Amino acid sequence: MSRAVGLHLGVIAALLALQFVLPAYHHGVLARVMVMAVFAMGYNVMFGYTGLLSLGHAMFFAAGMYGMGLAMKQWDVPLVPAFLLGIAAAFLLALVVGVLALRTAGVAFMIVTLMFSQSLFLAILHFGAITRGDEGFALARSLRQVAGLDLAAPATRYFAAWGLFSVVLLGTLALVRSRRGRVLVAIRENEERTRMLGYDVWRHKLMAVVVSGTICGAAGAAYGVLFGYVGASFSQVPYSIFPLLWVLLGGAGTVIGPFVGTLFMFYLIDLSSGLTDAYMLVVGVALVLLTLFLPRGLMGSLRDRGMKWLP
Amino acid sequence: MAAVSLLSTHALSRNYGGLQAVKNVSLDISQGEVRALIGPNGAGKTTLVSMLCGRIPATSGQVVFEGRDVTTLPAHRRIALGMAYTFQITSVFAELSVSENVELAVQRHIAERQKITAQVDRTLERVGLGRMADRTAGDLAYGHQRLLEIAMGLGQTPKLLILDEPTQGLSDSEIEDFVALIRSVSEKSTVLLIEHNINVVMALADKITVLNFGEIIAEGTPGEIRANEAVQTAYLGG
Ligand SMILES: Nc1ncnc2c1ncn2[C@@H]1O[C@H](COP(=O)(O)OP(=O)(O)O)[C@@H](O)[C@H]1O
Ligand SMILES: [Mg+2]
Repeated sequence: MSRAVGLHLGVIAALLALQFVLPAYHHGVLARVMVMAVFAMGYNVMFGYTGLLSLGHAMFFAAGMYGMGLAMKQWDVPLVPAFLLGIAAAFLLALVVGVLALRTAGVAFMIVTLMFSQSLFLAILHFGAITRGDEGFALARSLRQVAGLDLAAPATRYFAAWGLFSVVLLGTLALVRSRRGRVLVAIRENEERTRMLGYDVWRHKLMAVVVSGTICGAAGAAYGVLFGYVGASFSQVPYSIFPLLWVLLGGAGTVIGPFVGTLFMFYLIDLSSGLTDAYMLVVGVALVLLTLFLPRGLMGSLRDRGMKWLP
Repeated sequence: MAAVSLLSTHALSRNYGGLQAVKNVSLDISQGEVRALIGPNGAGKTTLVSMLCGRIPATSGQVVFEGRDVTTLPAHRRIALGMAYTFQITSVFAELSVSENVELAVQRHIAERQKITAQVDRTLERVGLGRMADRTAGDLAYGHQRLLEIAMGLGQTPKLLILDEPTQGLSDSEIEDFVALIRSVSEKSTVLLIEHNINVVMALADKITVLNFGEIIAEGTPGEIRANEAVQTAYLGG
């Protein structure tokens, strides 16, 4: 087993062990962090590894969340197939958005993804009769049961979040170590050169968008199931910016970075809001300092300083 | 000589706005030959070979590779058919290691992990970068980056290797090694070489094509080209 695999398995094992020792409050925070880290890991596939900066990833999170939520609430689909429907919705959306948005690059790509995401938000409002618009809707505890397990209960919720987190963490690790994954990095580094080595750049980019969107959809669907709420705010601009921030903080283009960034940001907000009402100021200053002094993020900086093997 | 044609062009042209960078070029490269493409700066050499491998679309004309019209094929498809192009302006993956650079060239056509590694090592040894495998490509000296560029071409084991001014920036001893390397490469591949160093050209080329203002002004064996008046005029400006 390589150091890289060992490290990631170690993180997974540590998170499993923490479940038994953490106080209730932190236990809840960590479950949320793990789900949001899945969102960030999905974002990282596109941004960190392929070099595609999207400003619309809230749409994939929301597609997963609404796909799952509406299936359960409106059409009485049981939880597991509803969850899979949510993922399928994000997959399809990513495929369509990818095919259209990848005609552009750079700033245009950012704007196009932003616009698609805003369109989804407006669609959610427009079809308020089904989606309950701005308010969203709760998923009753009775719906959030699977095989006799209550996913609303803290312990099962933690396990479910941990399970999804582990699958995605190891999945992205496998992806970036695969041949295809290395081509994504090549595209990020030098697109023209990659094409002239005989790789179909467009196809690889599309794959990155689809994988990324699907993972983010899984995060959205899981969030809805585990925390019992489906709401339009998750399709708005802040939820497109959060994954970008988490990934930048933790280290774009590192497998573990998105988790580290998400964890760091959650606790930064948590701790500073306990100290002062002006906590967003504290958060802002901390972020500015980090980007100034660790522009490659926490894990990216570690990789630059001796941990060259970090995938 | 009934040589088998590997690549041919028919009236290939490229315009940049009003400027005709390549005009009606028809050439034929046989399997196994080393062809040199020479001509003054701005003659259209890079533009011409870029149309062969698809990096730049042709304005008009035709490119045929192994009997197949590839004029409208995108670059990556032509590369996959067996062309490789090394850039005049060094274009490596600066943040990746030397071996990762070559690995990207190798892994497209080889599946097994061990074979990829072996091929990467062999290729780096061939160009003399064996001891630098773990270095970051962007940290290499300019001449070594040129060699890496060549290694990425070789790593693809192409049928046609297109080299765009490969010896630019190499030291004399590196140029000597380069000549020996291309001799050994040409045993298995066809080579199209854009080159300014006339000694390299004379040492390697089976046949030379001379381009000036986008047009072929002469074509022949090294001896024929040396004696050609039009070539003398183009080079000496007389
Ligand atoms: N992208 C471009 N846009 C406009 N003109 C170009 C471009 N690329 C090359 N040219 C022009 O085409 C001519 C041929 O250039 P090039 O093929 O690079 O010549 P060579 O490789 O023989 O030095 C030159 O006059 C050059 O200025
Ligand atoms: Mg040139």
